[in-house]
Amino acid sequence: MKDTATGLVASTIAFSNVDGPGNRFVVFLQGCNFDCVACHNPQTIPGHAVEGDHAPLRMTVPELLTQIRRAAPFLSGITVSGGEATQQAGFVHALFTAVKDDLSLAHLTCFVDSNGACGPDTWAGLSPVMDGAMIDLKCLDAQIHQQMTGQPNDEVLASIRQLHALGLLYEVRLLILAGVNNGTELVQHTAEWLAAVDPAMRVKVIGFRQHGVRPRTPALVEPNAHELQAVATMLQAAAGFDICVI
Amino acid sequence: MTLDVSGDNEFEARARALVQDGSLGYDQKVRRLAALATEMLPYPLISAACEEALSKRVICDMYEGNAPFTARYILPDYEKAIRQGLVHLEMPPPTTLADALAFLQIMYSQVPSVTTYPVYLGDLDKVLAPFVDDRISDAQLDDALRRFWIGIDRMLPDAFVHLDLGPHDSRITRSILRVERSLRQAVPNITLKVDPSVTPDDLIEDAVLTVFQTGKPHFVNHPMMVGDHGDQYAAVSCYNSLKIGGGAHTLVRVNLKEVALRHTGSTDEFLATTLPHYVELTAELAEARVRSLVEQQHFFDTHWLATEGLIDIDRFSAMFGIFGLAECVNLLMAYEHAGSEARYGHDAAADALGRRVVERVAELVAQRPMPYCEGGNGFCYLHSQSGIDLDNDVTAGTRIPVGDEPSMFEHINTCAPHHRFFASGISDIFHVDETAVRNPRAVVDIIRGAFASGMRDFTFNLDGNEFVRITGYLVRKSDLAKIADGEGARHSSDYLAAGSENAYHLTQRAVKRIGCHERAPR
Repeated sequence: MKDTATGLVASTIAFSNVDGPGNRFVVFLQGCNFDCVACHNPQTIPGHAVEGDHAPLRMTVPELLTQIRRAAPFLSGITVSGGEATQQAGFVHALFTAVKDDLSLAHLTCFVDSNGACGPDTWAGLSPVMDGAMIDLKCLDAQIHQQMTGQPNDEVLASIRQLHALGLLYEVRLLILAGVNNGTELVQHTAEWLAAVDPAMRVKVIGFRQHGVRPRTPALVEPNAHELQAVATMLQAAAGFDICVI
Repeated sequence: MTLDVSGDNEFEARARALVQDGSLGYDQKVRRLAALATEMLPYPLISAACEEALSKRVICDMYEGNAPFTARYILPDYEKAIRQGLVHLEMPPPTTLADALAFLQIMYSQVPSVTTYPVYLGDLDKVLAPFVDDRISDAQLDDALRRFWIGIDRMLPDAFVHLDLGPHDSRITRSILRVERSLRQAVPNITLKVDPSVTPDDLIEDAVLTVFQTGKPHFVNHPMMVGDHGDQYAAVSCYNSLKIGGGAHTLVRVNLKEVALRHTGSTDEFLATTLPHYVELTAELAEARVRSLVEQQHFFDTHWLATEGLIDIDRFSAMFGIFGLAECVNLLMAYEHAGSEARYGHDAAADALGRRVVERVAELVAQRPMPYCEGGNGFCYLHSQSGIDLDNDVTAGTRIPVGDEPSMFEHINTCAPHHRFFASGISDIFHVDETAVRNPRAVVDIIRGAFASGMRDFTFNLDGNEFVRITGYLVRKSDLAKIADGEGARHSSDYLAAGSENAYHLTQRAVKRIGCHERAPR
């Protein structure tokens, strides 16, 4: 069954230094259950094959393993991103299982980069074969989250708690949109909520950038360095987070 | 080649221009005048065909001068010097760290090379090890090395001045990396020898953090080097790996682009006829220069480093360099397949042809005996030559043209198969973008992967760094700007860099993405 599993793959890159620890091979899966206004890769949102320059490929696990094997001597691991990786959790499970079962690849760690919008069974199913997850928390406030993504955030919050309990939460990422989700009170609540999960959590504060984003009116605003640092300072005041601002 | 010294001559004009050049310092003028003077002597005897190829720059002697009176690259055995002391310089063996550092500084001032500055300062972690124990704190060590480092940069102002570290970790190694990061000097250049089974990730990561600050160290594959040279080897100058207690008499090189331009016909004919012809002319040039150094100038009979046993002619060889492989391959592809636009670094057939050319050169050089080259078992060392300031429209060594490099992964796959042939170094350069600064372990992964793939030596340049690597050596962008503004600069290598940078736009080298800004985060 697992060898025949196929995934809809938007693209792959052999080397990435921004998708988890060390140098990683990254699989970007096609299809996302969010429709974020700030999405940098909106062509990866539709969950079906699309025509054109960005047409996704239907790939098998062995096809991906062939690519990964070439790059393996240079890697700490692989990361499945998206799109939304957990929308194709069965394929992710098959890929990670195959990596762990391959003697030449077994040293690679398997990470998921996710929006967190999936049920507890998804993480429970993946946990035996995955080594870590990076979860985006678009906003702690449910209403703003709905505006930013088109979806509620209850599953995201539950995923963060569950992954921490499983020992699989590598990093939480906060995407900051100026004037949308960087209010003082909101950031302080977010800090308290994250600290209650894990006061030593690795938190990445990411400033929104226009690159690749679909045009809209009114336009979204990039936070300046001062605004980003203000978020980081508030977080650091709340707990001993391992904070990275980019 | 020999200067016309009759009447109203070129020599006088050039000498006058040098003495009146307001942007050159006193020492820089003296060194350039000395080089000019040797041009008055006749060139070593070579055939008309060799002279023709030299004058057309198909082959090149690196402007070492008409009468070589020093070996080009000299690697004194500093460990031995410290054990036995120096007769010529009246220095007894040092007994303390302060003595050892003073001893070395004095010795450095008397070690010749083609640049007039020493190109090798020792494997300092090992040379200084006998003088560093628990009685010296890390702070004291940093303090002593910091003063020593400033002295090196100010008294030996040339970026070809080079020292080696590793493969084992040590307090001295860590201290040197700390001092490097805090001082951020162009000099000395540094190599870290990496043995994947001995060198801890933690040390490689410390070195990577230093790369982010200063563009140093260079990384070499220690087991591969030991396989070619034995464990007494070092990387020196702009990445020439040679035997300690030995070195290279000379470096000659052949411009493969120019060879291809003089060829008509098939690739097989190129490999069977045209290439061997120019390889032999290059070897003839090397032999003439080696004989001049050894038999006419008697360097090894007279220099104190040789008479005190700190260098041994039997540990020397000559370096046979190639460059312009990329253009050579692209030309041959076009000859073979009319209209082909297959490019080296971007096409499997072109890359395969590149490997055939390199293998053929290696085969020819390994069949051409060379006198006084016991360091190479009687043959030249093959070298992928990283370029000089006068190279225009031709790519260094076996590299992919600047700005035309594919992704780092493909870049490594193109270059790695060549590395085993170049015992005396190849020095590919990879550019990383600033995202790597937040994930140095990713660079450690790439270093380990590159060595597992058979790479011999390479360097990383961080995009946006004040330091920029020109052909193999480092300069600060602010120093280049001073030369452009006519102010002059303190390091002699900065002038070479200014020529390369203007001709070559090297600072526009393609950034190698090991990151993916626009992909993640979503």
